[in-house]
Amino acid sequence: MSKAQAGSLHPGLNLGEEHGDDHLEAETSVFGFWVFMMSDLVTFGMFFIIFASSAHALAGGPGPKELFDLGSVAWQTGFLLVSSLTSGMAVLSLKQDHADERGSRKRLVFWLVITILLGCGFLYHEIADFVSMAAAGGGPTRSGYLTALWSLVGLHGFHVSCGILWCIVIIAGVLFQGVNRDWKLTILRWAVFWHFLDVVWIAIFSFVFLGGLI
Amino acid sequence: MVDPLFGKLSWDSIILVQEIENPNLNLLITSGAAVMIPVGGVLLIALLWWLNWWKPLLGWLTSVDHKKIGAMYIIFAVVMLFRGVVEGTLMRVHQATALNGGFLSSDHFNQLFTTHGTNMIFFVAMPFLIGLINIVVPLQIGARDVAFPRLNQISLGLTGAGGFLITISLLIGEFATGGWTGYPSYNGKLINPGVGPDYWLISLGISGIGSTLTGVNFAVTIYKMRAKGMTFMRMPLFTWTALCTSILLIFAMPPLTACCVMLGLDRYLDFHFFTNDMGGNLMNFINLFWMFGHPEVYILILPAFGVMSEISPTFSAKRLYGYTGLVAATMCIAVVSFMVWLHHFFTMGQSATVNAAFGIATLLIGIPTGVKVYDWLATLWGGRIRFTTPMIYLIGFFFLFVIGGLSGVILANPTLDYQLHNSLFLVAHFHNVIIPGVLFGILAGIHYWFPKVFGFRLMESYGKITAVCWIIGFCLTFLPLYPLGMMGMTRRTVDYSDPAYVPLMMVSGAGALFLSLAFTFIVILFWRSIVNRKKLAIPMGDPWDGRTLEWWTPSPAPDWNFAILPEVHSRDPFTEAKKDGTAYQPIEKYEDIELPSTTYYGLIIGVLGCGLGFGLVWYIWWMALASFLGCVVTAMVYGFLPKKEIVIPAEEVRKVDEAWRAEARESQGVTRDDESTEANKGLARPDALPAV
Ligand code: HEM
Ligand SMILES: [Cu+2]
Repeated sequence: MSKAQAGSLHPGLNLGEEHGDDHLEAETSVFGFWVFMMSDLVTFGMFFIIFASSAHALAGGPGPKELFDLGSVAWQTGFLLVSSLTSGMAVLSLKQDHADERGSRKRLVFWLVITILLGCGFLYHEIADFVSMAAAGGGPTRSGYLTALWSLVGLHGFHVSCGILWCIVIIAGVLFQGVNRDWKLTILRWAVFWHFLDVVWIAIFSFVFLGGLI
Repeated sequence: MVDPLFGKLSWDSIILVQEIENPNLNLLITSGAAVMIPVGGVLLIALLWWLNWWKPLLGWLTSVDHKKIGAMYIIFAVVMLFRGVVEGTLMRVHQATALNGGFLSSDHFNQLFTTHGTNMIFFVAMPFLIGLINIVVPLQIGARDVAFPRLNQISLGLTGAGGFLITISLLIGEFATGGWTGYPSYNGKLINPGVGPDYWLISLGISGIGSTLTGVNFAVTIYKMRAKGMTFMRMPLFTWTALCTSILLIFAMPPLTACCVMLGLDRYLDFHFFTNDMGGNLMNFINLFWMFGHPEVYILILPAFGVMSEISPTFSAKRLYGYTGLVAATMCIAVVSFMVWLHHFFTMGQSATVNAAFGIATLLIGIPTGVKVYDWLATLWGGRIRFTTPMIYLIGFFFLFVIGGLSGVILANPTLDYQLHNSLFLVAHFHNVIIPGVLFGILAGIHYWFPKVFGFRLMESYGKITAVCWIIGFCLTFLPLYPLGMMGMTRRTVDYSDPAYVPLMMVSGAGALFLSLAFTFIVILFWRSIVNRKKLAIPMGDPWDGRTLEWWTPSPAPDWNFAILPEVHSRDPFTEAKKDGTAYQPIEKYEDIELPSTTYYGLIIGVLGCGLGFGLVWYIWWMALASFLGCVVTAMVYGFLPKKEIVIPAEEVRKVDEAWRAEARESQGVTRDDESTEANKGLARPDALPAV
């Protein structure tokens, strides 16, 4: 990764000495990841559009009323929203003044682990929902509607799994190599990713689940 | 049926085996082409062995230097262009003789236009432009590198993997027959269960991800890495167009990726995105595809416009006319290009109002494009013009691209489009913008910037012959297709029964032979120039009296581009410095320079990408899974490895840089009159006419 030329500095958290190398590198690295996320957002947008246009393509198969379990969806939402908060706590423990102390590394790892657990809770419920939908004759090959539903929600679930895997790698990295510049920047990017999944989930929750049941 | 070890693959999948078992003309042609892959591969390896070039080759493949990566993109594109031109010529020659049947079978012909289109768009035009952007942008903005050098290498690897798949389809199996647009349900599993459509969607999916990453990389590079003082409105125009293209890549590639994923799910797992029954909707594919497809054509043309905006001021020794207008026009085109996709299917049943809205939006794009053409013309006006090779391309562009644009305006009118849709008129139109627009831009750009990377000019003599061949060949091949289309001849037809088509078809076929000749001249051009490289060398780096930063370094540009990062006070910083006489003054203080070190990352991902794609196409699940996991593991390993940097000591930089500056101060230089002669060593002497 290259450093931004002077004049544009990362506006976020102070990772190290002010206007030092960390600061310059954070600018390209985090900004670059944001741009990538915008591209990913368009991908999600495409799946949303397809979902919208297939909302009535039931082909005689089961629809939202037969398939959705709003209780489980509420749990998923809860897990994911809280995990966003805990991921924020993890990032806060990177702040310059405590980043290099042993205590703050513990704190960082603690919050990361909590976040992973919450993410796993989310996935557990999501997968359970998928299984029960399939059992009720609502597998993805049943109709255009179900194809779109499974793909959109599945795409989000795939992202969450990637986020969890990434977080595990980060924890390993921090434990073995310490909270150095590279891992700090990785954590910042991972956090953008994780919050992003939250935002996408809110859209899925509103349009797919609530919208479907109204 | 699917073997666990080899999937669907069997001996009979190999074209050569098919030809031996069941000889016929079509297979002979295909296998003739297919043979070139193993034979070419063996020859290449023998050549490398003989010259003992393994080390340098590996050095290139592991390099993260943006200039080398750019050059590799362009070499890749030239190789793929060879295939594309041969296929195009084959189709034209076939159609010239196809009254009541020609020599190709319909299946073979369908594969030809599909591979030709796919290959030309994704593995010729895109890599060419991305290559140019790679080479030029960091130099133009006064940076040492791109924002994410390793990511850059990964993008190249993924593009290469896509190219590998479409190439290997020639030897093993078959390619799709549904055109470069790959519409279902023809490309669905029901009608087309073979491997062809899988090759299509997987090669596009993989290389598409690479292009998205390139877009991210260059957007960040241009936003964050510009030299001190280079505000947006001081950026050279090529950089502006590269920025717009990057933004388009970021937003327009995901629909293509989504398309490929969805069609893949339909084909592999029986989903119902685009099927005819069970609630699938194939119009969704068409909409999604063109949401990518239309911006794609601007991804291609904008950098070509950028090249034209660089060569017109340089070769007329004037400031670019209407800079602000050109920037605004570029931005307008980029934005509006997202709002016109529906013009690709006016005839598919939406209401007249919708058609009218999209027709008008399409017509609007003509305005900024027109602004640009006038700006370039005005730049030339009263300038000190030299008819170098890039200028010949520019002149060809002026006349021919405008014709292509005007035929586009005709097609943008839905009522007329109902007559012309899917006729050869359309084929004429898009080749008319793609060849004189994109391809001429690329070739002019290669001529213009080649010396910066390799340190010597391309020969003007062969350059001019090549350019003229392209222009004549283009006119002969494609202009006759306009009347043919209006006479009612449809595109993608393997034969016809109306003898009235024959004369014009003959002209077009002859023109295609001319285009093959033009391609041959490109090869000769490179070969002769390499042989004569000593005489053509321009070590001082500024062969054309350039105006922007990239000319302010020696040629070939050193690994670090600039000994000290330049500071910019105007739009044409180098011209200013030359006028003040400060361009080559000695510098007091040099500093150590850090550069990213070589890495195998991109190479590994590229090879694994080939494995993933091949495994998926042939249902060789273990191979696909292993390659995928391999990618994940590679990414993790590289996450843990420390990011190495090479430090180039200040002393070394000083030696190189001082030698260059001293040579430039002592040298006489050449005037513009002698620019194309051997006297040109890369130092521009002020001209009789003052530069405006
Ligand atoms: C160099 C000389 C070229 C020749 C002789 C040539 C010839 C042809 C021919 C005969 C067709 C089939 C027309 C039909 O459907 O009836 C075709 C289609 C096409 N060509 Fe070219 N072409 C050339 C260059 C290019 C270039 C440079 C590009 C793009 C960068 C390009 C992109 C396409 C595309 C996208 C199609 C449509 C394929 C489809 O129908 O799906 N061609 N070309
Ligand atoms: Cu279009």
